[in-house]
Amino acid sequence: MPNSTLDKAKKGKIVTIVNLPSGNIRSQLIRLGLTEGGTIKCLERLPGGTIVVQKNRQEIAVGYDLAKKIKVILQ
Amino acid sequence: MKSDNIINVENNGKLNIDSSVSEININEKVVLVGNPNVGKSCIFNFMSGMYVDVSNFPGTTVSITKSHFNSKEIYDTPGIYGVSSFNDEERVAKEIILDSEIIINVVNALHLERDLFLTLQLIDMGKKVSVLLNFADEIKKRKIKIDTKKLSELLGVEIIETSAINQTGLDKISYAIQNARVGNQQLDLHFMLQSIIDQSIPQSEALLILEGDEETANKYNAACGTPAQRENIYIGRRNRVNEIVDQVEYQDTKSGEFFNRIGRLSLNPKTGLPILGVILVLVYFFIGDFVSQQIVNFTENTIGKGLFEYNVKSFVSNYTPTTIDVSIYDGNENLMNIKSFNFPDGKNSNKQLSDEFVRFSNQPGASSEFHFSNPFVRLFFGEFGVITMTITYLLFLLFPLVIGFYFVMALLEDSGYLPRLATMLDRTFNKIGLNGRAVIPIMLGFGCITMANITTRLLGSEREKSIVTAILQFVIPCSAQLAVITVLLSGAGIKPLLIFVFVIATVLITLSTILNKLLPGESTPLLIDLPMMGFPKLKNVLKKTYYRSWGFMKEASFWFFVGAFAVGIFEITGILTIWQDILAPLTTSWLKLPKEAANAFVMGMVRRDFSAAGLFDLNLTSMQITVAIITITLFVPCIASFVVMLKERGIKEGLTVWAGTWITAFFIGGLVAQIVI
Repeated sequence: MPNSTLDKAKKGKIVTIVNLPSGNIRSQLIRLGLTEGGTIKCLERLPGGTIVVQKNRQEIAVGYDLAKKIKVILQ
Repeated sequence: MKSDNIINVENNGKLNIDSSVSEININEKVVLVGNPNVGKSCIFNFMSGMYVDVSNFPGTTVSITKSHFNSKEIYDTPGIYGVSSFNDEERVAKEIILDSEIIINVVNALHLERDLFLTLQLIDMGKKVSVLLNFADEIKKRKIKIDTKKLSELLGVEIIETSAINQTGLDKISYAIQNARVGNQQLDLHFMLQSIIDQSIPQSEALLILEGDEETANKYNAACGTPAQRENIYIGRRNRVNEIVDQVEYQDTKSGEFFNRIGRLSLNPKTGLPILGVILVLVYFFIGDFVSQQIVNFTENTIGKGLFEYNVKSFVSNYTPTTIDVSIYDGNENLMNIKSFNFPDGKNSNKQLSDEFVRFSNQPGASSEFHFSNPFVRLFFGEFGVITMTITYLLFLLFPLVIGFYFVMALLEDSGYLPRLATMLDRTFNKIGLNGRAVIPIMLGFGCITMANITTRLLGSEREKSIVTAILQFVIPCSAQLAVITVLLSGAGIKPLLIFVFVIATVLITLSTILNKLLPGESTPLLIDLPMMGFPKLKNVLKKTYYRSWGFMKEASFWFFVGAFAVGIFEITGILTIWQDILAPLTTSWLKLPKEAANAFVMGMVRRDFSAAGLFDLNLTSMQITVAIITITLFVPCIASFVVMLKERGIKEGLTVWAGTWITAFFIGGLVAQIVI
């Protein structure tokens, strides 16, 4: 289980969030249901690196720069 | 109403039925339980036929209804989110539930996640339960599918799909009552309950005690659960609900699949760009053709100029020196007749001529131009009058356009497309220091820059707001301007169009790259929720359109009047003419355009479409047209958007952008002129 960041997640794979960046963006992430310890599915990796993840039935788009700051465990 | 069936509450709070109708067995009491708005009463009415008793629950204002169904007593309960004692409704429902054996739990299939919390609690109480999954027809219309077999397995009780409104599935209610059974209870909770049950307290009440319901605890003199215990149980139950919903709810009806697929495809540029293309074509037909041509033509010319301005000016001319030129056009815009009416002391002083004017100007195809010699009358009622022009512009040109744009935006937003478009374009916008959300103000800019300037507020940081504001004022042509550019370009062939697009795109990229480098701070990253794709609800779309259009008019209208007033003052004081004279040499030698084109630029400060309109009569060559449209596109925004920009972004930034557009427009326009002409 290698430590990585969300931007490295492959399409269709499940990842576990280990660490979220701090600041305002952190509470925004938590409000959308992305929490430390939670698992999410990488639905899409768009050209350029924008990531679309799925948490339960909710789809969330995460910009590349933000995805780089979210530490995850790839499964 | 039968008076012999009244519900009494004895001192211990236990619910008893004073049943003079003694053949009814207390073990066969059936109670309908559900969250608010699940269609419970509808089902109760179906079951009860016409014999319904309504009475107030003692000591409360909560009314309860009871009736009979297949020789069983049935009770309706108030809508509740859970069994506890937070309010009177809950207390009443709790008493009735505790005292009954069979619970028919009505669940709104559209709100499974919300409603199952109560279902699980009822099951944990150890009551015999059957679930009616109501609104079953509604979920079929949406993109949701619920695996009722699986749900029934997970809960351990019968699930019956019903639609109370269409009366389907209701014939199975007796089956539901007969087959009501104790469901699958949460194991750890069950063990925790055991110690309380051992004190010979029924399981249902044991659960409430564990969940901290003091009323129940006092009744048995048992130790009440703490708030922390309650929270733990609730969180555990909530998690179980989420797990269950995850397993039983799918979005796999055909239309759901179709929309979901469109949603996926619109994320990736390879497939998303063609989808965007199709949408833009549709939007063009709606806004570019229907709204801005047909509707605005009618509202601006027929209502605004023909009715409103004509009558206001005609009224004013009763009292002030006026010359009125009336031209008569035939159906093909050919001038048929022209007549000038002179009223040196106002219309009222020359009744005869005034009547003739009214007759002449009311012919079909007539168009009247009022010239007031008093400068103050001109300021308010003249061609660019603060009252006349601004009201026509605001109400009869801008308002329909703004409604059209907000309507399209609401459609795109509610269908779930807009956030996906923002996601697709995110990386492109990243290159210029923005994130995908910036697409919203920029798209609105093609409608009205003023409207877009206000919308920059939704961006995450000051830096992003500055970049978008600059892009809007410098390069984005608003709809009024686009219409005129299209007309100018239509006769000029493909080459001017290509040069125009190339130059504007180059300026856009250069400008935004420089701003991204120069402006301090950091831009915010994209983080948006992508709602399910689907047909938007017209009612919601109209509501949004209404609120936003109204909000825009409320916020911006005043500044349009301020702008018109400023220009009016410039005109009266002669500053406008001086400005034209200053610009004239620049226009002829540097831009290589006729001297009169300078007029167009000055008028462009008032309304962006004036600038382009002024170029129609000038007989320009195709390369001169190219230079002219490039220059007016890059040129300063109209006075209203300038004022709103000052308000949104501050004097310093606003003036810098404004001055920047002057320099860029003339520099780039001239550069192109020197190369191509």
